[in-house]
Amino acid sequence: MQTDKDSPEHWVDEHGSALYRYALIRLRDEHKAEELVQETFLAALQARERFAGGSSMRTWLIGILKHKILDQFRHEAREVVLDNPEPGGDDYDGLVEESFLADGHWSAMISDWGNPEEALEKGQFWAILQYCLDRLPKRLARLFMLRELLEEGTEDICKDLAITPTNVWTMLYRARLGLRQCLDKNWVGEARGS
Amino acid sequence: MKMLTCKDASRLVSEAQERRLGFRERWGLRLHLWICDNCRRFERQIRLLRRALRTLARRAETDTQGPDLSPAAQDRIRKAVAERDGHSH
Repeated sequence: MQTDKDSPEHWVDEHGSALYRYALIRLRDEHKAEELVQETFLAALQARERFAGGSSMRTWLIGILKHKILDQFRHEAREVVLDNPEPGGDDYDGLVEESFLADGHWSAMISDWGNPEEALEKGQFWAILQYCLDRLPKRLARLFMLRELLEEGTEDICKDLAITPTNVWTMLYRARLGLRQCLDKNWVGEARGS
Repeated sequence: MKMLTCKDASRLVSEAQERRLGFRERWGLRLHLWICDNCRRFERQIRLLRRALRTLARRAETDTQGPDLSPAAQDRIRKAVAERDGHSH
């Protein structure tokens, strides 16, 4: 059912910040996030008759925004191929080598993070996860966001970014190694008081 | 069967989140995790990361924490919406 609150003059007040946060955490760019929020509202205006009211207005708007973000990533991925990306290529390139000795053992001990349930209940964990996500190299971040925060499957990501599955897995592996290391340094280190 | 190194095992831990591992991979990994404390901790951490990200992905719809859309951007967007809405009537 369409309530008065759902009418376009209330959209920005009701949903603006929620959409902005959704976009910002994925795009990591304030301007782009604002831009896509605006585009989402404009697209929603045109498609308004198609909002059946089966789901909430918020869910419907986020669905539109999600598509805008996917388009943005596809677009960027094509651009990056053209100007052949980040010279020096910081995709955490050296990270796998650094993490292991020549014989394949870990080069440093993996520390115990304790009870994971407790971790997720602490506000601090989320702040540091955000900090670490913000520090992912750009190409890795895009791929990682597609996979983990937009929940795309490998097949779709391969199509979106025009890379092979093996490539996707390698990059996700690096992103995870990097995030783990960052969390370990900033969160667990902190918790231990070191 | 050749024993997996920690490097191999950690990669399989990550790939297990992306695809179904083959029979040999699965057993090789299981055996390695059984004897290797570092990799066992690594696996728990990678699983925690996935769980945290799933939570994060679903949070936007209800969460009120985090940065708001700036007043300037709100104004700008409100105007753009009003203008477009006016045209369509």
